Amino acid sequence: MLWNLPFITVVILTLIGLVTVLLKKNIIKILLGINILNSAANLFLITLGYREGGVAPIYTLAPSDLMVLPTPQALVLTSIVIGVATSALVLSFAIVIQKKYGTVDIDKIRRLQG
Amino acid sequence: MTFSDFIITNAPVLLVAIPLLAAFLCPVMGKISSMVRNFWVMGMMLVTAAVAFILAYRVFVTGPVIYVFGAAAANLAIPLDSGGIPIRIIFTVDAMSAFMDIICAIVGVSVLLYSLSAESRNSSLEGYYTLFFLMIVGVFGMVSTGDIFNFFVFLEILSLASAGLIAYRIDGGLAVEAALKYFILSTLGAIFVLFAIGIFYGQYNALNIAMIAERMQFSMLDKIALVLLVAALAMKCGAVPLHFWTPDAYSMAPSSVTAFLVVASQASLYGLFRVVFTMYNITMNCVTVGWIIIIFGVLSMVVGVTMAIPQKDIKRLMAYHAVSQTGYMLLGVGVGLAVLGNAGLTSAFGFMAMEGGIFHIFNHAMYKGLLFLTAGAIIYRIGTRDLNKMGGLGHTMKYTMIFFMIGALAIAGIPPFNGFASKLMIYESVYLFNPLLAIIAMVVSILTLASFVKVFHSVFMGPKLPEYADVKEAPLPMLIGMGILAAIVILFGLFPQPVVEILVAPAAHALADQGGYIASVLGGA
Repeated sequence: MLWNLPFITVVILTLIGLVTVLLKKNIIKILLGINILNSAANLFLITLGYREGGVAPIYTLAPSDLMVLPTPQALVLTSIVIGVATSALVLSFAIVIQKKYGTVDIDKIRRLQG
Repeated sequence: MTFSDFIITNAPVLLVAIPLLAAFLCPVMGKISSMVRNFWVMGMMLVTAAVAFILAYRVFVTGPVIYVFGAAAANLAIPLDSGGIPIRIIFTVDAMSAFMDIICAIVGVSVLLYSLSAESRNSSLEGYYTLFFLMIVGVFGMVSTGDIFNFFVFLEILSLASAGLIAYRIDGGLAVEAALKYFILSTLGAIFVLFAIGIFYGQYNALNIAMIAERMQFSMLDKIALVLLVAALAMKCGAVPLHFWTPDAYSMAPSSVTAFLVVASQASLYGLFRVVFTMYNITMNCVTVGWIIIIFGVLSMVVGVTMAIPQKDIKRLMAYHAVSQTGYMLLGVGVGLAVLGNAGLTSAFGFMAMEGGIFHIFNHAMYKGLLFLTAGAIIYRIGTRDLNKMGGLGHTMKYTMIFFMIGALAIAGIPPFNGFASKLMIYESVYLFNPLLAIIAMVVSILTLASFVKVFHSVFMGPKLPEYADVKEAPLPMLIGMGILAAIVILFGLFPQPVVEILVAPAAHALADQGGYIASVLGGA
């Protein structure tokens, strides 16, 4: 049971993230929802690679016993970098929209229709 | 090793490396002078296209090409000491990937040529070209890669660059609003893809597409992964019911970018086909998934065209038609997928439907790119995108009018243009599968024609309007850019048979042949 705790956390984080993205109206809050979802995905990958009692996957002078999988860690590093770029871009959009429309509420940002 | 050997061996990675170099040196070139920068971007684009053609030639002549990053030899997919597991990042270019590479190269060259003059009046072009090259990197990477996580990375590069370009001309905030919609959806889609990657990695300990395909069990988790991937990629290619970003993004982006966004959407379409055909293939229930894709396709066709008819913004109208045309590709390939498990039906009409759908990808990129470029030329000259304010432009913009006619007749499926060739293949084969679907497809084509007749009439026909008395023809580089695409539209419409035999049929076979894809990476499996 305790073993599954990280996976349960992933599910909870995913639900929180999805609800935030779908129900919140503020661009910044939507971005936070996306970041929570992204964290859930990252935690999922990391958990998949975890081996109980394993050492960090640094090969120089490593003891030759159980090692945590290195690939998911590399994937998560990449994913974090992409997440930062995503957040930066959405925030910069939010700044421009705030300047031009005077609001960051997506219900009021509806000039493109039809 | 001679220079030509070097190019040939490393072609898959050069397709990504050259545009990356071009992208990040572009601001430096811009510091010297705008002339140097223009030569730089055009030159690098031509080099990229040349490499794409060399690679495509090699793939079509000798079969799939693989490139393994960091290996002792470029084609050494499985290191000697790894116990038969491909551990490195790999590019697998089979006929389908090469087919997409060709599309990207042709549209890239004509769009860049067009941009040189279409964007010349605007400021901060360094960033524009940098992002544009990053889009090219994203597309080439997505269609070339043989590693599912790598696919995710290129998908995100493409989304980031596209969103940046859609918002590039802020346009009172409207463009940013469109980009925000596009980007939030793209990011959500990408996170779905990341979850699917995690599911695959957890089950099969592999990220290599060929390895996952070989080990595919189609367990419950794989079904979840399939749903995540299909939802994310169908959204990215703009299929109904997840199409609502398409009209906004396509209409607010600069016209040259819109023409390339069509290719970007098709890279996602390629991803969708790669997932269902190469990774799952007949381990899943092909009939169900095929029908789901067919239903996406039919909905896209009908909803796209009915939404297009009342539009007043010329680019928004064309964007809804792009949604509608994506439906044809999904319909053709979906029918091919639905009968994949049945050899008799596959040879009777399944392959033809797939060929029709894949050929339509190519044709759509050409004529839709052409139409968006003509719309851009009109907007460039008269400064409005409202169809009700246009009129009588046929007197002054003769070449633009001819190019528009070619594009409009091709999208409506009128012979002898290329849209007819692929639509005919789709009608014929889909009719054998289910006559109702073929009839819907034909009706949608008629509505498309009606819609474009209306556009043609309100833009080009009628007396010369006084406010547009001094409107001139579009500048020469824009005409050349449009001319390249128009020439291909006519050429492929006049001679569809050799094109289908040389390019389309190998691509369709490569897509359906899961064993061949696995063997090209893992060796004689």
